[in-house]
Amino acid sequence: MSKQGWLRPTLFAGAAAFAFATAAQAEEPIRIGVIGEESAVAGASLTRAAAMAADDINAHGGVAGRKIELFTYDDHSSAADAVRAFQRAVSQDHVVAVVATYISEVALALEPWSARLHIPFITTGAASNEISRQVHEHYDRFKYTFHGWLTSAFIAQSICDAEHDLLVEPFRMKTAVIMSEDAAWTTPLDVRYEECLPKAGLQVLDHIRFNPDTTDFAPIFRQIEAKKPDVIITGISHVGVQPTVQWRDQQVPIPMAGQSSQATTSTFWKDTNGAANGVITASAAAPGVAITPLTIPFSEAYQKRFGDSPSYSGYTTYDAIHVLADAVKRAGSTDADKLVAAMEQTDMVGTVGRWQFYGRNDQFTHAIKYGPGLITGVTLQWQDGKQVTLWPAGAANGKVKFPSFIHLPAASN
Amino acid sequence: MLALQILIDGFAISALYGLGAVGFTLLFGVSGVLNLAHGGIMVIAALIGWQAAGGLGLGTWLGSAVGVLAALVASYATYFVVVRPIQRSRAIPREETEIFVLTGTLLWGIMIQVGMAYFYSDNPVTMRPLIDGVTNIAGVRTPTNEILIAVISWVAIGLLWLLVNRTRAGKALLAASINPRGLVLLGFELDRIYLMVWTIYGVLAGIAGVLLASFLGVGTSNIGNLTASAFSIVVMGGLGSVSGSLVAAYVVGYLETFTAYEIAPTLRPIPALILLVLVVYLRPQGLLGRR
Repeated sequence: MSKQGWLRPTLFAGAAAFAFATAAQAEEPIRIGVIGEESAVAGASLTRAAAMAADDINAHGGVAGRKIELFTYDDHSSAADAVRAFQRAVSQDHVVAVVATYISEVALALEPWSARLHIPFITTGAASNEISRQVHEHYDRFKYTFHGWLTSAFIAQSICDAEHDLLVEPFRMKTAVIMSEDAAWTTPLDVRYEECLPKAGLQVLDHIRFNPDTTDFAPIFRQIEAKKPDVIITGISHVGVQPTVQWRDQQVPIPMAGQSSQATTSTFWKDTNGAANGVITASAAAPGVAITPLTIPFSEAYQKRFGDSPSYSGYTTYDAIHVLADAVKRAGSTDADKLVAAMEQTDMVGTVGRWQFYGRNDQFTHAIKYGPGLITGVTLQWQDGKQVTLWPAGAANGKVKFPSFIHLPAASN
Repeated sequence: MLALQILIDGFAISALYGLGAVGFTLLFGVSGVLNLAHGGIMVIAALIGWQAAGGLGLGTWLGSAVGVLAALVASYATYFVVVRPIQRSRAIPREETEIFVLTGTLLWGIMIQVGMAYFYSDNPVTMRPLIDGVTNIAGVRTPTNEILIAVISWVAIGLLWLLVNRTRAGKALLAASINPRGLVLLGFELDRIYLMVWTIYGVLAGIAGVLLASFLGVGTSNIGNLTASAFSIVVMGGLGSVSGSLVAAYVVGYLETFTAYEIAPTLRPIPALILLVLVVYLRPQGLLGRR
């Protein structure tokens, strides 16, 4: 071949190859890692809701033509397994972001890996203040981590606000005992409880932190009863069935309110053989309540596909996958730093409310913003087999009703 | 008042501990098997019983019976699939058989735990109380179910005592735990003795599992603790001694209850563990142990 003969075909081949590679790049799926706890009720909701979100986004054409591809792992409620899953998702599955866990201890174990590997990571169920505190204090290192649920501080605040409206005013309750499991998420929760409960009108008579492996709650309930509070404010997630059933069996005459994560799922009534009747808990959402126009369609579709209503982590995970997709679209790329910058600008209506993240100069950097018009969660009560929403007033579809063995303060009507 | 609360609460939990431990120690005494799948078999009874009672609509009493049956099946599975093949294997040297059986039951227990968690999640389940309501015992409000559980536990233990001490088959069981070779020389078939002890074990573990589900609630995440607790009670009481494990069960039960009330609920398991260390150090054969 002559010299001129090979140059043009080579250039042409090179250009064609480049064009082909770019076209292939545009079709490449957006890989997202999902790490949940399949044996736990809240953890299973997480992975299922992620699958639903990916399917919904892909059914609407994906993100700028690119499909979302999920790589799902079960961490068996173990931080060590979760870290291994995270590493594998990044190095072998080449994910561009990870959505994981409802357990604070696990989220805190993953956070440094998100920093080391420069992978955007959002936890959709954990609550500890530490998650966002580290982002605030060492921003450049931890900026890849986002906290996709209310921090313990805001969970406690929403509970104080709710119990003030629901219990203090109508039932003239004056005293409370805090009962929480000894775990990472309850440490800041209890600190905020001790601050905001007195301001809400409930004097804190005692504060009990029990081992999450406790199975016999009789001594704890008797100890609480001896102090004669008007209400027990709970902070439980790892346990739920046992204390609730024993509360009913022993006919402890004091109502339980606060946060009981297991009580947010629809199977809780069956699991406790109806002992849940009267239990009040904060949650992300509740059946039949349209926090946003997206809430009910999601919970109904989830119920239809999986047979149970989603746990709180289901709502948040469904939204988080959409947050990531929305950020990829706005950033125009899956590059980690660009994705982080885009996520910081998030202003998206999800199933639990309006998603915005706190910024670098706020106390809880990269946690979701709490407040009316944004995300507050709801407070619900189990009544006769159904979850009735009590608070905020705009979302309420029922009134507080207690089982017959509860003794209310004498001054109530 | 507090003392009475401790007395009553401690009694029921100790009776349940005792029921579980008695089966465990009988199994060891007669067949030499330390069954580390013990917690798993108890929880199988609880989960299957819960499903039968609620999901299949059989109600509490019939559901509990189904649960006990499930534990019996699991007990046989443990014997025929895990333990006996190892005991009969020619590839394993005789002095190492016990270690292999121990490891085998441990792994089997883990398989049970993971398998049941797959089907039922690791959330605890509870059986509806066999009797509803509370009883007032001298000012202490006690669930009536709790009293019934203590009664059932003791009836089961009493029936076991009758079986072992008053029936021919039971006496053969006792003899097998003392001198198996002598028993064989007298013409008894050890295989039938072993089958009987695994049957009794399955029934006892099943009743304990179902009662535990009714009293406190139980799930796959409790399996490890249940096995460890039975093991430490049995070591404390003396491996192989039924009365020893009953005494130890009450010691542990009351120690735990006292700790939960008077010291802190968080520290509940600790004194029993300290006691276990002391017993192993000062009197390794246990309180009433023979071997």
